[in-house]
Parts: sequence; C-alpha cells; structure tokens
Amino acid sequence: MQNDARTTIDPSEVAKFEAMAAEWWDPNGKFKPLHMLNPCRLDYITAQIAAEFGRDMQDPLPFQGLRLLDIGCGGGLLSEPMARLGADVTGADAAARNIPVAQLHAEQSGLTIDYRCTTAEDMADSGAQFDVVLNMEVVEHVANPLTYLTACQRLLKPGGLMICSTINRNPKSYLMAIIGAEHIMRWLPKGTHDWRKFITPNELETLITQAGLTPVDRQGFVFNPVLWRWSLSARDLSVNYVTASTKPA
Amino acid sequence: MDNRPPNTISEVMEQDQNHIDSDVVIVGGGLNGATLALALAGAGFSATLIDSEPGQPNRDRPFDGRSYAIALGSQRMLATLGLWDGLAPDSQPILQIKASDGRAGQGAAPFFLHFDHAELEEGPMGFMVEDRHLRPALMAAVAKHPTIRHLTGVRVTAQGMGRTQSVWVQLDGGDVAGQTVTARLLIGADGRRSGVAQRAGIGRMAWGYGQTALVCAIEHTRPHHGTAHQFFMPAGPLAILPLPGNRASIVWSEKDTVAADILALPDPEFLTVLQPRFGDFLGNFQQIGARYSYPLGLSLAKSLIGPRLALVGDAAHGVHPIAGQGLNLGLRDIAALAEVLTEARRRGEDIGQANTLARYQQWRRFDVAALAMVTDGCNNLFSNDNPVLRPLRDLGMGVISALPNLRRRLMREAAGLTGDLPRLMRGIPL
Repeated sequence: MQNDARTTIDPSEVAKFEAMAAEWWDPNGKFKPLHMLNPCRLDYITAQIAAEFGRDMQDPLPFQGLRLLDIGCGGGLLSEPMARLGADVTGADAAARNIPVAQLHAEQSGLTIDYRCTTAEDMADSGAQFDVVLNMEVVEHVANPLTYLTACQRLLKPGGLMICSTINRNPKSYLMAIIGAEHIMRWLPKGTHDWRKFITPNELETLITQAGLTPVDRQGFVFNPVLWRWSLSARDLSVNYVTASTKPA
Repeated sequence: MDNRPPNTISEVMEQDQNHIDSDVVIVGGGLNGATLALALAGAGFSATLIDSEPGQPNRDRPFDGRSYAIALGSQRMLATLGLWDGLAPDSQPILQIKASDGRAGQGAAPFFLHFDHAELEEGPMGFMVEDRHLRPALMAAVAKHPTIRHLTGVRVTAQGMGRTQSVWVQLDGGDVAGQTVTARLLIGADGRRSGVAQRAGIGRMAWGYGQTALVCAIEHTRPHHGTAHQFFMPAGPLAILPLPGNRASIVWSEKDTVAADILALPDPEFLTVLQPRFGDFLGNFQQIGARYSYPLGLSLAKSLIGPRLALVGDAAHGVHPIAGQGLNLGLRDIAALAEVLTEARRRGEDIGQANTLARYQQWRRFDVAALAMVTDGCNNLFSNDNPVLRPLRDLGMGVISALPNLRRRLMREAAGLTGDLPRLMRGIPL
C-alpha cells in the first residue's frame, strides 16, 4: 500500500470509519432522505454558481479557481460533487466523528478536500474567505440564526455567493417534516428537527439582509410522491426551500 | 468475480504498471457499444471500448444481406451524433407500412393495415440502412474521437469492484494481454450472452418461441415505392423491407424444424420456396448477399444495473425482431444512459454510484418490459392458424384501419416517438 501523506487517521480506526463512510454513502441507508434530495440540491447549487460566476457546465472542470466552503459537510455528500467540478473545497462540520469519515471517502474517490472539525463562527474569526458558502439544512439547527448567518457573511469574499436551504414553519411543514419524515416514513430519527426552529422564507430573507447579504433568488424543493423524487419549484416553498444571496462587492 | 481482486487502484497499478484508466469501460464493440462510446465521448467522457472481434470492417464492402430498420427516433439520434449525413445517401426511407394476415397459397386476407407517412407530421416512419454502411460509419467516428480508446481482438477475463470508487476489468488478447482497465463505470454491451452480466451474477429470464428468423436480401424487377410489408403467416411473420433501388430485405420466421430444412436448401430452391409466400407484387426476384438465421426468443436480464455496472442493448434485453425493434430499443437504452450520466456529471455526482444508475434502470425498465410483452403477445396472436383467432385479428386490423387516431398512435409507436423520450432521440444534443 502506498503511504498517503494526507491520511491523518489512526490505522486501527480505519475499519470503523470505512463502515461509517459506507453508511453515509449508502443511498438506501440511514441518510436516504439526503441522497434523495441531493440531485435536486446539486441542480440548484450548480445552476446558481454557474450563473453568478459565468461558468459553463459543459466544461470538464467548470468550478476551477473557486474557493468553496461546505458548512455541515457530514460525509461529504455536497463537498465531493463540488470538488469533482473543480472547486477548491473546504468541508466544515462541528461533529468531530464526521471528519475522518469524509476524509476517507474523498481519498477513495480520488478527490482532495480540506475537511475540518470547526464551526462557521470560528472559521470566520480566523479570517478565512470563500467565493461560495454552502449552508444547507443547517440554519434550523443553530442556537442563534442571525449570529450564524453573520458568520457566513464574514466568510464570503466581496461578490461571493451563499446558498442557504432550510424548512418553512407552517402547519404543512409540521405534518410533512416532523410527522411524515420522522414518525411515519422514519426517514429521520425522531427529534431531528424542532418545528419551532423552522424559519419562513420571509424571516430568512430578513435575517440574511440583516447579516449584510443581498437575497437574489429563492425556490422550493418539492417531493413528488408519484415519481418518488424531488424537484425545484419557483412557487411552492411551503416545506423545504433554498435561497441564494450575494455579498456586495 | 475474480479469485483475488485488487483492492485499490494503487494495488491494481502495482500489479500492472501500464493500466488504462477512463471514465467508462464499455465491453462489446458492436453497433450498441460503438454508439454508446460516441454519445458519451461527445458529452465529454473518456471511454475504453473493448471489442472481442478483430480489426475493423472497411468501407466499400459488397452487400452481405444484413440491414436495419432505423426508427425515426433512432435516426434523429444518429443525426445528433453527427452520423446521419454520411448514411442518408445510402438509406431508404420507409414511406408506408402494410401489414396483413396471410396464409401460404391463399394470399393476404381482405383486411389489412395500411400506415402512410403522410399521416405522420414528422416524416418517414423510419429508414432502412445496410450493415455495410452503418458499421463502418460508426467505427470511423470512433477511430476519429480522441477520448475513445478502441481495443479490438481483446477479451475480458475478469472484472470486479475496487475498494476505491472504481471498477476494473482484466484483458486478454492483442498487445494488451494481462493489462487492467479501471473506470468509474462498467457497461455491458456484449449481447444476449453478456459476460459482463454473468460475471456480475445478474441472471436472465429467457424463453424461445420454437421459431427461427431467416434473413436475406433480394433484387426484384418491380419498384417497392418505399413500402414495408408485414405478412402474419401461421408459422410466423414475414417482413419485406425496402432497400435503396429495386432491392428488399426479407425477414422470414418459420418453425425451427421447417427453418432448418429451408436453411439447408441451395439458393435457387430457397427462392422457389420463398416466392409463393408473398406473391408476385415485386415481380421476379433473385437473392443477393448471404442468408442468415437467428433463433427467435426473448432474453431479459433480471436487472439492468449492478454495482458500478449497467447493461445496454441485447445484454439487457434480446427481443423478438418481429417489429424490427431490437437495435432501436438498444439505441434508446444508450440515449437514456448517456443522458443520465451526463446530468450526473454536470452535478458533480459520481457517475457509477448506485443512485445515478438507479435513475437509468427506472427510466428503461418499464419500456423494456412493455415492449417485450407486446412483441411476445403480438407473436402469439399472429403466429398461429387457429380458426377462431384468424377472423378475430382480421377484424382487429379492419378496426385499426378505420380509426385514423389509433393508426397514428401505432405509427408513432413504431417510429419510436412515444414514451419519455431521451434528448438524443428528440434530436437535442446532450
């Protein structure tokens, strides 16, 4: 076996991390809902980045030269596609156990990604700045959304782009995201989400503006139970939705 | 799978310093494999195309009797891939289709189906293209493409999954014997007896019809006016498909035992057996090129996908060629797979990951099963001499003839213009 300098993992732990990586990346496993949503998330993210930075998605490495931060990277479900498209990717996750798992999978995929166990606030304090910040399904879990979004703003270079997705707060989202996803479908462990922390699109837009960013786009992620897949909707933001905002140059 | 598969790309490389890597490795260098390589290379993928047959057929070969009915959707796909301009001058548009119930010595039944392309706004229902033109055109395009590595006279001896996100195949033959190819995705385009499917442990459901298709071409004295004929004979269908000039391709299905006897006949006697089956509307005729025979049967792979693996064409489904849909169905697989992989790549997804491949399987499985059932059902309904069924199907044909909307629907189906059409089949580049 070659000795890879990037590996900082204790060899005795590798088997455990491999099992966890396999779990993260199993489309029918524990993270099935994320895998189902992922093509739709990626369609939105790639289209927004291409539009903002004038990139052609037919190029083999369209995101080359862009520094991208994936907050709450988990097993790397978004970090890896971004790296494959040529972006210089940093993946941050506050859960320490995710980092070696994501590292291991990236190495297996032949990708170089800088995974770190840290928070958006700590990274912003370090002065790091990026062209793109991915902030997907995180804001509904943080203690203070405005502090968090302000850290995201500080992490952006002037002219940078933030993609932020979360869940709307209304009776339908309670039914779908809590009762449906956690109790009926059991897609997510019970208690994953606290409905009171969900944010309406208008509240999010106000928070983003207060954080110093300019909202430029918002769309819904809509699940079609007949086709059994997610798609983007310009009109239906009633449950899951995603926004794009830019930092003034 | 192999006895002791290498676990990582680095381990493969240790075993084989000259290993080849590409985005996809396609096993089977026939019409399907070559078209898939071209579609993927055109969308920016690198491909290794492995053909067990030696060498490449040269252009300007004499006609060998083999030809294909290219449905309109397939023709659009070939055009989008830049192949049609070279093929068009040597192709024969199918302007009309006449289907009728026939019995040897008794001629056609009074009711018959008549499809005229004038009813279809898209144009001809399809085109007849000879193998001697289609195959060299594909191979020349493959040879010209910088991101396709075409290995001929090479067999695959083993395949397996790397512990990294990759798949590998081991080669035998030519100057690459013992070498390994690694890729993100392995595609089996290697026919009904697909080694790729077998090595992956993908089973098949297969059944025969006890029928054999006899294929040959004729030169005739009266013009065919671009009309394709299909006679439903008790033993099986007889199709007469127009070729450029006063020539036609004959696909004649007979019971296995009868077919074996006919096949053994010398050429002149073969014609005397064939002549009374369809009368004299094409005048006198003589055979050109060779005769071929294919046992008819349906062979479906139980899954179109496996770990980092996808099957296309006959490797996925060998159908009864009663409606000339074998190649067209394969091209639909290719158009769908190329589109799924291109979309995945533009999202930055791993093209060989399970949920990428699941989209291909979901897209194709229904179409494949439906067509297999329809051709199977058609054959059972039409290939018999049951006195009850014959008046029934005569009536059915009469009804279809009287209903222009139903007729147009059947024509669009035959032209390959129905269902959830992939972009290439709508004439849109990937």
